[in-house]
Amino acid sequence: MSFDVLATAAKIGLWLGILLNVTPVMAWVERRGSALIQDRPGPNRLGPFGIFQSLADGVKFLFKETFPPAGADRLLYLLAPVLSLVPALTTYVVIPFGPTLEIRGHQVPLIVAPADTGVLLLLGLASLGVYSLIMAGYSSNNKFSLMGAIRASAQMISYELALTLAVVAVLLPAGSLRLDDVVSYQQGPLWLGILPRWNVFPQLVGFMVFLIAAFAETNRLPFDLPEAESELVAGYHTEYGGMRFAMFFMGEYMAMAALAALGATLYFGGWSLPGIDLSGWGGAALGLGVLLFKIGLFMWFFVWVRWSFPRFRYDQLMRLGWKVLLPVAIANLIAVAAMTLAGWL
Amino acid sequence: MTAPLSWYLVLAAALFTIGAVGALTRRNGITIFLSIELMLNAANLTLVAYSRLYGEHTGQLVVFFVLAVAAAEAAVGLALFIAIYRHGRTIDVNRLNLMRW
Amino acid sequence: MELGIFVAFALLAVASAIVVVAHRNPVYSTLSLVVTLVSTAAMFVLLGAPFIAALQILIYTGAIVVLFLFVIMLLNVRREAFAPAANQGQRWGAALAGAAFAGLLLVMLWRAYAGVPAQPLAADLVSLTGLARSLFTRYMLPFQIIGLLLLAAVTAATVLARRPDAVDFGDRGEGAGGEP
Repeated sequence: MSFDVLATAAKIGLWLGILLNVTPVMAWVERRGSALIQDRPGPNRLGPFGIFQSLADGVKFLFKETFPPAGADRLLYLLAPVLSLVPALTTYVVIPFGPTLEIRGHQVPLIVAPADTGVLLLLGLASLGVYSLIMAGYSSNNKFSLMGAIRASAQMISYELALTLAVVAVLLPAGSLRLDDVVSYQQGPLWLGILPRWNVFPQLVGFMVFLIAAFAETNRLPFDLPEAESELVAGYHTEYGGMRFAMFFMGEYMAMAALAALGATLYFGGWSLPGIDLSGWGGAALGLGVLLFKIGLFMWFFVWVRWSFPRFRYDQLMRLGWKVLLPVAIANLIAVAAMTLAGWL
Repeated sequence: MTAPLSWYLVLAAALFTIGAVGALTRRNGITIFLSIELMLNAANLTLVAYSRLYGEHTGQLVVFFVLAVAAAEAAVGLALFIAIYRHGRTIDVNRLNLMRW
Repeated sequence: MELGIFVAFALLAVASAIVVVAHRNPVYSTLSLVVTLVSTAAMFVLLGAPFIAALQILIYTGAIVVLFLFVIMLLNVRREAFAPAANQGQRWGAALAGAAFAGLLLVMLWRAYAGVPAQPLAADLVSLTGLARSLFTRYMLPFQIIGLLLLAAVTAATVLARRPDAVDFGDRGEGAGGEP
């Protein structure tokens, strides 16, 4: 096997190993974090601080009886949870996680797919997430599922636009669609001598748009009307139980992690630290650690917001997406384009 | 070993033929529309294949424009379907014969 | 290796195209179209057009086909009844025309390009900068016209799909599309 194929396989293996652990960790964080915010203990029976709670949850999911509902479209019903994992996992192929390493004379960039079309590939693959929602809702033979699926998918495609425009505004000063070029740009000279050259400082508005759109893309509160329990039972995954529901659950957390990684890379410098030169194997390990730390901060923010805000009504949600976020994102894009032309960025 | 160019053209021709047969034989308006999209896709494949043959960007750029036109056409066509359905509760093209001689 | 990838995606594209055209359930047809489009995007990558491949996935499968699915759900399009077409001869005519067309195309293409190997990929063809340079200098006018076309399409779609009695210019907090 050629060296490139082996290197790519190793990188994929690394990311799979990290990503498949996101859900158990996040399930624990969610439950302990919500308990912290709500001033109650949270799970504390299984192991110190309840750290084995996720293990127990996993065992429960495995042993639950699952059956397709009567009249369900079998192929689509069984395919939908599997398909929900695919976009969440594949969007990681363009996230850089370290400097370029030199192994046996080959230059190995620490990014699974160093394609010229970087971010475009990510946005395209993320937009495929709509299909698992629609398939789940349509195939369940349940009007609540169908309505939840239509609402959730309309919400996703509406906020995709604002997300894409916010991302494009970040790409303008970097001058490239590749995320490792964006990270290199953010390793440049400091703003005003003290601030790291992260994109969040000149493009704070764009970052807010990105953040709100990321919440809406992953159906997290305050935008989780399609799956809120008091609304449409459980939305598009009403008729799913046991391991199939666990797959939707995993897909949702992995999508959150993917957007968190994208936000960290675009706005907060990704794997790089300001002022510190990371290179070689030690630098690569440190870079990966820094990226995971930033992703962790974003994920905690996701949990924090979930338990602090009431949820949006559906029409308020759509109005926010189309009438507020989209114009703000366009204005941000124009402003950033002007600043880039003027040479400030 | 890379595939010779004629193979790509044959594939595009096959897709186009399948799309054409579908557009001619189906009764459901939506499926006719899907077959048309298939034909457009086959044309895109041909354009990119020729762009590769001549080493120019022109083919790829025309595909870029065809994609935009296909998006516009899909939006307007589907809006038409919605309007027709609201009027007559059907999109079976055999029953939409108000303008027939 | 590249030949194997081409053959795999080509077979997948043709198989899913047949499902698009032949299946009774429009939802299955639409989802098969997604498979066809993704296979075609893989072909684009093999032909040295990764940008067009990414655009195909982003625009075609990410937006256009989702629009199809929405309309299918909205109009509650059912499985097509298995009754024959009104004109029995039309099916035979279509089949014959299809076969003749395919045969003609194949003969013509095989004669013209039999075994011509593609030239090695020039870096300029694949790179995004080359494409962008062409787009924004030589093809600037079509680019602007496309923008105008999309504006016209959006306006037309909004007007056509509006309910005939809901001419409402006030903001009563109605969601996009009006329907639940």
